[in-house]
Amino acid sequence: MSRIKALLIAAIVLLLGRGRPRRERSEARIVPPGTPDPRAETLVLVLFAAVAVCGIAFIVVYAIDGIGHQTQLLGLALGLAFALLAVAFIVIARRLVVTEELAEPYPAEHPNEVETIEEILDESESRFTRRRLVKLAGTGALGTLGLAALTPALSLGPALDTDALTKTPWRRGRRLVDDSGKPIAATSIEAEAFYTAYPEGADRELIGSPIVVVRIGPGDEGVVAYSKICTHAGCAIALYRKPTFPDTQPGPALVCPCHYSSFDPADNGKVIFGPAGRALPRLPLEVDVDGNLRAAGNFSGPVGPSWSGVRQREARS
Amino acid sequence: MIRRIVRFVDQRAGAAPFVRKALRYVFPDHWSFLLGEVALYCFILLVATGIYLTLFFEDSRSQTIYHGSYKPLQGEPMSRAYESVLHLSLDVKAGLLIRQTHHWAANVFLAAIVLHVLRVFFTGAFRKPRDLTYLVGLAMLFTAFVEGYLGYSLVDDLLSGMGLAIGYSVALSVPVIGANLGLLLWGGPFPGSPSFFPRMYIAHVLILPLIITALLTLHLVLVASRHHTQFRESPKTTEKQVVGVPTYPGQAPRSLGLMFAVFAVLFLLGGLVQINPIWLWGPYHVGEATNGAQPDWYLGWLIGALRLVPAFDLTVGGYTLVPNPFWGGALFPVVILLVLALWPWAERKVTGDDGLHNLLERPRDNAWRTSLGAAFLTWIFLGFMSGSADRVTVWLGLDYAAQIWAYRVLVWVLPVVVFFVVRRACRELVAWERLKSE
Repeated sequence: MSRIKALLIAAIVLLLGRGRPRRERSEARIVPPGTPDPRAETLVLVLFAAVAVCGIAFIVVYAIDGIGHQTQLLGLALGLAFALLAVAFIVIARRLVVTEELAEPYPAEHPNEVETIEEILDESESRFTRRRLVKLAGTGALGTLGLAALTPALSLGPALDTDALTKTPWRRGRRLVDDSGKPIAATSIEAEAFYTAYPEGADRELIGSPIVVVRIGPGDEGVVAYSKICTHAGCAIALYRKPTFPDTQPGPALVCPCHYSSFDPADNGKVIFGPAGRALPRLPLEVDVDGNLRAAGNFSGPVGPSWSGVRQREARS
Repeated sequence: MIRRIVRFVDQRAGAAPFVRKALRYVFPDHWSFLLGEVALYCFILLVATGIYLTLFFEDSRSQTIYHGSYKPLQGEPMSRAYESVLHLSLDVKAGLLIRQTHHWAANVFLAAIVLHVLRVFFTGAFRKPRDLTYLVGLAMLFTAFVEGYLGYSLVDDLLSGMGLAIGYSVALSVPVIGANLGLLLWGGPFPGSPSFFPRMYIAHVLILPLIITALLTLHLVLVASRHHTQFRESPKTTEKQVVGVPTYPGQAPRSLGLMFAVFAVLFLLGGLVQINPIWLWGPYHVGEATNGAQPDWYLGWLIGALRLVPAFDLTVGGYTLVPNPFWGGALFPVVILLVLALWPWAERKVTGDDGLHNLLERPRDNAWRTSLGAAFLTWIFLGFMSGSADRVTVWLGLDYAAQIWAYRVLVWVLPVVVFFVVRRACRELVAWERLKSE
């Protein structure tokens, strides 16, 4: 019992006590004295207590399973804790810390030191007779070594095999399939609609795989297919301007949502607006005996964004 | 007690003189000097929240079928990277809070750096002897652009993939070496080899943060070694001496207060304001894209520039030498970086002023710099505006093509107008002040 009493007294002393009196210094102070501000001090204590409460709230919210809006409540608890902490420190800065105005000279230059360094460097080279040649050779040696050290970076990718950029999985006779892998009948392609197709049995995550199929006229000949990858910056053509209102709007267009390059499906994918510099590559189509769409060859041009050195010629399988 | 600790450190590190000087280092007092500190505190929070995110993220683009708790995406093919971020966002307690706070912190980080650069530019704080400090800061800004881009690209949601496709196209568009560069970085044609995501990941969580940390350290060491600049506020503030409050006890609680305030704002944003809800965008596939796609704000000027450049590829005899994305995606940012980086030297050359400067100029005091800077800023800002032209079309119904044509004209006209208006405003302000003091 007396033990608890002692602990209680110790706690009270800790809470209310003002600590040992500071030793008085005889010399002049460095930091000027200021008048105490007990109210600001109390405010800081209250704020610190509130911070702790927010911290506990965070833990409690975290611990409760299936609580609604947990992210919001966690953010609120943590955000409020930091906000209260910020206020506490601002109170300390404005009311509890002595405001001093110090002046300090800006750092000066060291002309003597500079001269000494120059002398040391200069005088240390006195035994060389062909200074410039040695420096040149040294630079050359290090440069070559640096080049050698950089060479393994070429293993990062097929840097010299730019032919890889022109290859696509399409070839004559390859069937078009839709998102779920089913073949696409030519008659199922309707006007004023936009279809995405892939090469049957090939990797869909290749830039040369996805195509758009649209109808621009009646019959099998009215169905056309283009690469779905914009020739400007490689995004997928995801917009189709059709139907149009003939009096006020230009004709149908395949449009990329990244930078709004627009291509004319009725004119071999010609660029009609936006930054693309090349027509959208067209995939020739044929209809097999079952009435399904197949590729009749490869694209009319390189698929995907242009690269420095790209040439307008047929893509390769 | 304090004496014992300080003695312990001094005997072992001889640090007492340094600590004494650091405690009494002088900070001039002006609100605009805190912008850099805001960026610093954002960076600290980015590292802290980022470490947590790495414990859940899987840096792989190999495809899997989703069977997690989010019903709308059940059975969808997606990459393991995207799946891991979905899991972190929807199933891990506090996961979404940390992820959103990280994303918000990145946005505020870049905003704070940009405002800080503007402050430094328009007050002439970049002049000798702080030109090197300024260059290091610029290097940090541009590293941070790349760092942010990699951050949201790693998630592999639909917007990430579209951003990466654009990045790939810009790499390919570099004259002569573009194709080789793109293939090297991506490890093969887009979307790249299986090692591409691990490469992005190590760059985002280790290489670039290390570079930023190194630059940051150098930046702060340089700032402290030359001391802060100051405005001419009283007869005591001169080129020879700096006036302000000491680190301790004056500046430390203020700066800590600012740090906690930054943390508070970022956690409140992270908890209460949704950012990048990737479960709504869906997973990226090469053949898919969405309308109204926008990058994070700090890359808005680049997407605008890419949209603004008219269809123009430099071709030689059937071969394309310079594909279109080069102009807006590579040349534009390089020009901006060069103009900003060379400015201190150019200004020194033009004005013939080669002296050391510790006192700041108010923007009005240097009408030429202020008006040229404002014109330059307008040029960049119009790029930013044209990047959001599609949103304006959705909100206000303005024709998209007409807007783009308007911006194509405005980028050359408006900066000139701004130049003359701002120069006049600076001169009028100075004249008005002179009149008032007489």
